[in-house]
Parts: sequence; C-alpha cells; structure tokens
Amino acid sequence: MALAATPPVKIRLRGVSKSFSGKVVLDALDLDVFEGESVVVLGGSGTGKSVLLKHMIGLIRPDAGTIEVDGVELGSLSNLELTGFRRRFGMAFQEGALFDSMTVWDNVAFPLRRAKWDRARVAERVSACLEMVHLEGAEHKMPSELSGGMRRRVGFARAIALEPKILLFDEPNTGLDPVIKAVIDELIVELQEKMNSTAVTITHDLNSAYRIADRMALLFRGKIVAYAPPEEFRELDDARVQQFLRGLPSGPLSD
Amino acid sequence: MRPAFLEPFLLEVGRFFQILGRVLAWTPRPPYDWRELLRQMLRVGVDSVPVVLLTSLFTGMVMALQTFSTLKRVNAEGFVGTLVALSMVRELSPVISSLLIAGRCGSAMGAELGTMRVTEQIDALEVLATDPVHYLVVPRVWATVVTLPMLIVLADVIGIVGGYLISVLYFGANPVTYMENTFRFMDADDVTSGLIKAAVFGLIVAVVGCQKGYFTRGGAEGVGRSTTRAVVLASIAILISDFFLTKILY
Repeated sequence: MALAATPPVKIRLRGVSKSFSGKVVLDALDLDVFEGESVVVLGGSGTGKSVLLKHMIGLIRPDAGTIEVDGVELGSLSNLELTGFRRRFGMAFQEGALFDSMTVWDNVAFPLRRAKWDRARVAERVSACLEMVHLEGAEHKMPSELSGGMRRRVGFARAIALEPKILLFDEPNTGLDPVIKAVIDELIVELQEKMNSTAVTITHDLNSAYRIADRMALLFRGKIVAYAPPEEFRELDDARVQQFLRGLPSGPLSD
Repeated sequence: MRPAFLEPFLLEVGRFFQILGRVLAWTPRPPYDWRELLRQMLRVGVDSVPVVLLTSLFTGMVMALQTFSTLKRVNAEGFVGTLVALSMVRELSPVISSLLIAGRCGSAMGAELGTMRVTEQIDALEVLATDPVHYLVVPRVWATVVTLPMLIVLADVIGIVGGYLISVLYFGANPVTYMENTFRFMDADDVTSGLIKAAVFGLIVAVVGCQKGYFTRGGAEGVGRSTTRAVVLASIAILISDFFLTKILY
C-alpha cells in the first residue's frame, strides 16, 4: 500500500468516449492506473463500469480517445495483434463466464493449452491455480454443478493461469452472501499481492472496495469524478462521493 | 424515402460477409481443431440422417404419385422414373434437406453461440487470446459445408427408392424399364450441381446460424430471437440463392 513515490502508469485512459445507440456511456474519461496498485472503480448500476473495464482490455473500442497499456496504444493494434497482447491480462467476469461445455479442469487449462504448454506443465499449473483459489478437488465438476461463489473462483483460476501482470475483476462479488463476499475480496488481495500485479476491480459494494483498494475511483455520468486512496476518498469534500458513501437516496447522483 | 426493411437487411448482409471473411481468413491458421471439426460433422451429419432419410423417402414417393397421374394423361407414364430422379437430384434433395438442416443445426448454432454471447463466454474467449470466430465458427462452417453434400447423396438415393416403391409396387410399373428410365437421362452434372448447391446451402446455414448467435443481444429473450431468426433468415437465403444457383449451374 506504499504510495509514496508514484509508480509508473500501467493503464492510461485519455478522453475515452463511448455511446451505445445514442446513449453516452463514457464521456471523455481520463484515468491512470499505476503499476502494482489495486484500483477499485465504484459507481451505481448501469453507469458503464463494465464498459470501462472492457475498454481497458480492448473488448470494446472507444468512439474517441486513447487507451495505453504498458505504453502501447490499443487502437494502434490490429485485431490479431490485440489477441496476442491480451495475454498480459487476466479477466474475471461477472458470473464467471466459464465454458459450460467443459469441466473445471479444462476451463483452467484452456488458456495454457492455447498457449501451447505441454501436458505435464499444464497439469501442474492447473493444480497450482485451483489451489490458489482454494478449489482443490473440484477439477472434474461441470460449471453447472458449482455455486455462484465457486464459479467465480474458477473464473479467477482461469484468469491467473498465464500469470498475467494485469488483473481485471468485473463485479466479482455481486449477488454473493456477505461471508463468501469477504472470502472473494481476500482472494483478490491475495492473488494481486502474490503475483505482484496491477488490478482493476469493478464493484458497487463499499465494504469490498475498502478491503481491496489502494485507490478508489467514482464513475459518474461517463467520467471519473473522484480518484484517491481510501482514507482520502472517504474524506473527500464532494457531494457525489459523500452521497455514494452514505447511500443516500437523494443528492447529485440521483438527480 | 428509404423503405424500413432496407437497413436491417443491409446490416444482416454486411454481417454475413464479415463473418464469412473472418472464417476464410482464420481457416488456414493453426491450431487446427480436428476433434471439434469431427464433433460438429457428427452433429450435422450423423445426427441428421434419420430425419433426412424420412423426408426424402416421402418426397420421392409423393413425386411419383403426382407425376404418375399427370404423365398418364399424356401417355408418358414411362418417364416417371426420369422425372422423379432428376427432380430429386437437381432440386428437391438439396433444397428440402438444407431447409431441414437449417431448422436442426442452424438454430442450434444460433442458440449455442447466442448463449455463449449473453453469458460472456465469447468475451472470455477473446480475453483468453482466442479468436471466437476461429474457435467456434470455423469448425461449424466447414463441418456443415462438407457434411451437407454427403447427406444429399443419401437423400438422392432414398428419394429415388421412394419413387420406385410407389411406381412399381403401387402403380405396377415395370421395374426394369423404370430403373432404365431413371438413369438414362441423368448426367454426372445433374448430381454434381445438386451437391454444389448443397455445399453453398451448408455455408449459408452455418454462417447465418453463427452470425445470429455471435451478434446476440439481450439475455434469454435475445437468444430466442437469434434462434428463430437464424432459421428464418437461412431458409429465405436458401430459397433465393437456389434460384440464382439453378440459373448459373444449368
């Protein structure tokens, strides 16, 4: 959590805009994610948090603006180059997005096989990844047999298989009970620290955010309106931040 | 004034060629997923055999019933075999079987890829450095293009058998002359043109099915919509392209 000397920027978004059929979702958004930090992006439902995350990994291309990862502008990459570039990322999806035709083991092995690892190394790595998310013994289950929390943990295991330097978590604990939520949060911190990677997590859960974040950001009307370490974020003199933190029904966020 | 249907129509056509182009671009690139190709061929081919057999048997039988009574009026009932065989091989087998495959497999592709889209499995593929068109669409398209003509060969034979059964057993035609007339006027071109049609229809069914699935939006309802539209669109495209193919091939 040392934030003294500013580390280099890992992900840099500048003037990123995106609309879907006329509705503006991101509006000239700027954001810097520093290397080795864990950033949590907060925001109400439907404010475009997932859209923001998908921009970072090039799943969605912006209408305007630039996204740089490790100094490489994503817009300058062809689709094929982008496909390879994505090996730097691990992304965990909202509901896990496991391939439902494959067992847990095959899901985690998928990225390794695609990267042409040999059989023995794949087996070793899959076991290690499942151990990291505390799911030893579930190898041969199908995704449909898993609980929501387990599915997400398998999603994590799959995301970290290739030891990516950037981890993206899309609403990792939405819809889980408070205990499982805490377990998932702990896991995110653990994975990020163990792998010494940069992490961006999307959530609207404040407790989670405080547990995970080195820095917190608030997304509102397509812009990052506040961006600070948790202790500072809590004290920010911004009506929108305070309304979100206190969960008030009326205020600038709901007007 | 632009007619209201023009925009969605052009959108679908554009997407069709976008997917087709990506399939062609990705096909030569490794890794080659032979197991998935084989799996899809079994699904499109082997699993469709019973329904294709049943349909072409009855189509052949109906053709014989219809043409016999018509040709009898002009004292040409000897040519029933010729007419049944040529109609089956050139037209009815490829078109009817392809429509069935559109209903069986095109819809399944739309539903499968559609579900993968709305549950973010397609995004997950992309994130895992795997092009979804390469991984999902390429094997489905080639499996259908290769397998459908094989099914048509089967359908041709069974259709001719159906016509034979009705003519010989029901109308009492001479079995030897019937078989003679069946093959006397048939060229290899008649068969191959039917198979070319089948391959093109296979391409249409698979690309349209995958395209509707790939571009699915809006949850379970969206998947339902994609599934239905995959069948409707593929069927219309088959019937329209059949006209132009027939025009080109003869």
